[in-house]
Amino acid sequence: MGKMPAAVIGVGQTHHRAKREDVSMAGLCREAMDRALEDAGMTLEEIDAIVVGKAPDLFEGVMMPELYLAEALGAAGKPLLRVHTAGSVGGSTAIVASSLVQAGVHKRVLTVAFEKQSESNAMWALSVPVPFVMPVHAGAGGYFAPHVRSYIRRSGAPTHVGAIVAAKDRTNALKNPYAHLREEKTVEMVLASQMLWDPIRYEETCPSSDGACALVIVDEDVAKSSPNPAWIHGTVMRSEPTTAAERDQVNPQAGREAAAALWKQAGITSPIDEIDAAEIYVPFSWFEPMWLENLGFAAEGDGWKLTEAGETAMDGRIPVNCSGGVLSSNPIGASGMLRFGEAALQVRGAAGEHQVDGARRALGHAYGGGSQFFAMWVVGAEKPTS
Amino acid sequence: MSRTLSAPVTVAFDYTRSVGPVLGRFLTGLRDGHFIGARLSDGRVVVPPPEFDPVTHQATADFVDLPETGTVTSWTWVSEPVAGQPFDRPFAFALVTLDGATSPILHAVDVTSAAEVSTGMRVRARWAAERTGAITDVVFVPDALGVPTSEVEAAAQPARSLEQLTGIVTPVSLDYTYAASPEESAFFQGLSEGRILGQRCPACEKVYVPPRPACPVDGVPTVEEIELPDVGTVTTFCIVNVPFLGQKITPPYVSAYILLDGADIALQHLILEIPVEEVRMGLRVKAVWKPREEWGTTIENISHFAPTGEPDADFDTYKHHL
Repeated sequence: MGKMPAAVIGVGQTHHRAKREDVSMAGLCREAMDRALEDAGMTLEEIDAIVVGKAPDLFEGVMMPELYLAEALGAAGKPLLRVHTAGSVGGSTAIVASSLVQAGVHKRVLTVAFEKQSESNAMWALSVPVPFVMPVHAGAGGYFAPHVRSYIRRSGAPTHVGAIVAAKDRTNALKNPYAHLREEKTVEMVLASQMLWDPIRYEETCPSSDGACALVIVDEDVAKSSPNPAWIHGTVMRSEPTTAAERDQVNPQAGREAAAALWKQAGITSPIDEIDAAEIYVPFSWFEPMWLENLGFAAEGDGWKLTEAGETAMDGRIPVNCSGGVLSSNPIGASGMLRFGEAALQVRGAAGEHQVDGARRALGHAYGGGSQFFAMWVVGAEKPTS
Repeated sequence: MSRTLSAPVTVAFDYTRSVGPVLGRFLTGLRDGHFIGARLSDGRVVVPPPEFDPVTHQATADFVDLPETGTVTSWTWVSEPVAGQPFDRPFAFALVTLDGATSPILHAVDVTSAAEVSTGMRVRARWAAERTGAITDVVFVPDALGVPTSEVEAAAQPARSLEQLTGIVTPVSLDYTYAASPEESAFFQGLSEGRILGQRCPACEKVYVPPRPACPVDGVPTVEEIELPDVGTVTTFCIVNVPFLGQKITPPYVSAYILLDGADIALQHLILEIPVEEVRMGLRVKAVWKPREEWGTTIENISHFAPTGEPDADFDTYKHHL
């Protein structure tokens, strides 16, 4: 027996900020959950199971926060699962939640992912020195910058392509009332900003945010109650080792294989022609062209040409991160679920000012760790035929 | 000598915790010297108040002031207190149901022996003279002892803060013993003799440095030992310009992947003795070792890598490492 149809009928998110000092972790999660439930026209009582996701516990210093959160999240007396796959966790959490419905185990699953980065310092948490090893680590930017340099060298991309991405995403965020950074940016402004981890500039870097995202995922029967369900057409997760001899960190094998499997599941043969909007996990600007290639929207070495030609803008051939993306809001644990949720909003026609006209199929994508965890889904306005 | 190396690691941070409006109210009460609980939808009176009602799931809104006296409903004796506990001498942890509450609060009772604490005993709050709005602002004492009059008065007429507390600082400190694998230990011990040891995977024949308990591709130990030269090629790198908490090297510095000659995976290390803007892919570099008397079992025996002066490596020789 194949998977049973499942759909997203509720999407909720917080207003993302550098510091949400007005709410606790529980309050942050509930803000997103209550919006998702309202969107779905449901109450917590009607939910069968709750799936929580967040990134490393060192970010808030609370071990297994799902235990303390259980009651506030309304999970008492229900199954409560916690998922962790580093930065991709928001995506993989949504996939775990959807699989509970697709397997026929539950009819109505609520999933929530969060991060309260203001409770500590992610740069510190990702750079804790390890004995005997050279202390050259410098957070996520320090990790990814050499691989961005590799991409630029391998593809021959002009060095301003990263700035095009950053200016586009920050400007898109002006259309998203929930985004953390909402400021008009030009390519010149991005290029003029400080080099933090050369070749990555300050304005090409995601912010640290407090925020949460929640989804209500239901079976075919319950989805009838929704005027605009986002049907799940495919879900894929893949992983690979962080380091291996000659491992390709620019175009990782796990991402390539995940994308190929995803398009096959969703019955898509030409992603750039058949996907109307993509929400791709781009924490540093250059990852837009890198992931365009990894996902198969462009041939290897050609991703930057789509970006440079404006094809990833809202009115382009493949609009990428119309919400402003991770570059505009980065509550790490929630960032992947925001990509998945924004994809659902697009095919539901519910993305507000950043809606792509007539979007019928959309991609949600997340990656994490040292580009070693990938999670992605395709959602559509039509119920899948197989 | 032990087969594996280990070293202490402390992971410590003062977390800045946002407490939200409900717990903020409770903690503000503690700072003011009184208990604030909540009446829930099912009639229970609970302290500390839960952020959301367990039945209706609505945010808690019906707050009640509670007295500072109560009854022990269960307890345990802490004969050997550890760091961070309310006392540095033996004490009791007890479930105390405040008068008027329906559920107990877990807290410390200041008594000198287990014989002085019992289920059903009456206790009273003893407030710290200087309070910050933390659970440690208060402990319980046997009510029979009474408390100094001044403190009773202070508690009877609690000050009411205008500003509600919104956050607390939660220091966390974890002490670990970090253990390197046997293969890594051999690598670090080699470094203490000025040698760089790698191992070849018997299946894919790739040379790993440091060696691995298991080749990530083939899953078998990398057993055949290979001594590598301290010369190699910069594959890729970044220039770190950003200062951050816990940083060990002063920026700007170049963090580079260096592919030692004969290795199939690059090492991360520091590049010096060249202006940062002149560092490039393909640059040939050589290890600069610290004075021998400073050596330990660490890669930090190599102070940094510096240019050899040779022509740059051809792109084709390292492009599969980008």
